[in-house]
Amino acid sequence: MERQTIMMNNIVKQSGGGNTLQLDDKKGILEVENLSAWYGDMLCIKDISISIPSKAITAIIGPSGCGKSTFIRCLNRLHEVSHGGKVAGRVLLDGEDIYARDVDPVAIRRRIGMVFQKPSPFPTMSIFDNVGAGLRLTRLWSRWGELEEVVENSLRQAALWDEVKDKLDQSGASLSGGQQQRLCIARALAVQPEIILMDEPCSALDPLATLRIEDLMRSLAEEYTIIIVTHNMQQAARVSDNTAFITMDEDGVGLLVEYGPTSQLFANPKDKRTEDYITGRFG
Amino acid sequence: MLERGYLWRKWFNRLMLGLSSVAAGAGILLLALILGYTLAHGIAYLNLDLLTHVAKPAGEFGGGIRNEIIGSLILVAMASILALPVGLMAGIFLSDFASPRVAAAVRFAADVLAGVPSIVVGVFAYAIVVRPMHSYSAISAGVALAIIMIPIVARTTEESLHLVPNSMREAALALGITRWRAMMGVVVPGALTGIATGVMLAVARVAGETAPLIFTALGNNFGFQSLLKPISALPLLIYTHALSPYQDQQQQAWAAAFLLILLVLGISLLVRWISRRRNR
Repeated sequence: MERQTIMMNNIVKQSGGGNTLQLDDKKGILEVENLSAWYGDMLCIKDISISIPSKAITAIIGPSGCGKSTFIRCLNRLHEVSHGGKVAGRVLLDGEDIYARDVDPVAIRRRIGMVFQKPSPFPTMSIFDNVGAGLRLTRLWSRWGELEEVVENSLRQAALWDEVKDKLDQSGASLSGGQQQRLCIARALAVQPEIILMDEPCSALDPLATLRIEDLMRSLAEEYTIIIVTHNMQQAARVSDNTAFITMDEDGVGLLVEYGPTSQLFANPKDKRTEDYITGRFG
Repeated sequence: MLERGYLWRKWFNRLMLGLSSVAAGAGILLLALILGYTLAHGIAYLNLDLLTHVAKPAGEFGGGIRNEIIGSLILVAMASILALPVGLMAGIFLSDFASPRVAAAVRFAADVLAGVPSIVVGVFAYAIVVRPMHSYSAISAGVALAIIMIPIVARTTEESLHLVPNSMREAALALGITRWRAMMGVVVPGALTGIATGVMLAVARVAGETAPLIFTALGNNFGFQSLLKPISALPLLIYTHALSPYQDQQQQAWAAAFLLILLVLGISLLVRWISRRRNR
């Protein structure tokens, strides 16, 4: 019931166009405390603590294999779905631990959406059904008119509406790579998350499509908390407000080295390892 | 020296290509021979009466195999109703929900079951259904055919689900969809072509099974009566009529055999058509 109310409020917020509604229980602040993650017996990331502000873009950078992806997969409890995935530590979403015993990971994933490296529209579904999939398959939605409205709003937010409004019944796989990725963003937006995780969302895209996604991220940051993993440092510098640098130690375990405002981290890195990485001497 | 080596390789290449062409041709030739042979022997009975009329007494020309066709359809339908839910669910369990060790054990069991000779399945159905019920019956035959179908459906379902990229599963889960709904809404639709192919192949396989029916369906000369009574079927008719001393019954067996081949061929063509349409 409470959930329904939240959903409805958001629709009002969306169609109203402005931030007229203040939702106290939906801030989208993430606090990560001593997060460690394993694949089987192999430790991947160790003791990461970081506080991610609301309605801003936080970039996670670092060399390949340092555990960036594993880290953000822990933030929506997707890591534990992989075979042998284990997590220790706490992740507080608006003050509540998402790893607490009585928390359903499915409910968490509805509040923390994710966009993947490779555009992954559901190939058997139309563009419309792709965007509506989250609502349909969670049975939160029953009335067609409302579904239509959410699909349109989500596609508009993802800056894709004008390109697809005349072919909503076509397969999502018929779109270009950049459009597919924006479709996936629209699909994530449709379930009204507070936070959107992006795992190298542009690495499969050409520079122009990348630019469009980056513009989109900036506009989404007015309403959503965005966490983006990228190994493109220029991208982190262009779009993010804050940047965290993760690297691995001698044993290949990912550690958080430095975290701060993007301009400061790039212009004035405090740690030698950060400096080596951003100046291209390593990684 | 180099020249001789080259010539030898060239001729060896031609020889092997020739041999494999002959082998491929032999396969097609066999199918054509079987089709032609059954057609030639059964031609006298291949008409509309074959489909619409019931059998005439032995020694009289004419009559059809309507009862046997209906019997076969009932048996295949019953086997499908029994086997598809179990086979499909088992396939889903194997591909997505079983731990690797359990999956390996179940997969091994399914492969062994698929390899059990069909006559053994017939004897088994006789022991667990026919004897307790004190009667040969359509149901017992349905059970026997279902036992043959289940491992085929389960394994092809599993294989098809494995072909759906993991990224689809993760994308669905990341939307806050439960694993079961993600499976039904995203993964299974993505594997539907493969699953349908597996189901069709299993149907085609059991439609032609004879041995299990001897112990279960038994056959009857009066048409369909009840699921609890013996029932006739195409393969059974072929088996009994082919051994008959009457020439007209032998011819009818040939015609029925031709029909059965056409049925299986039809199903195979349907499978190809479905998969081609989906892959376009």
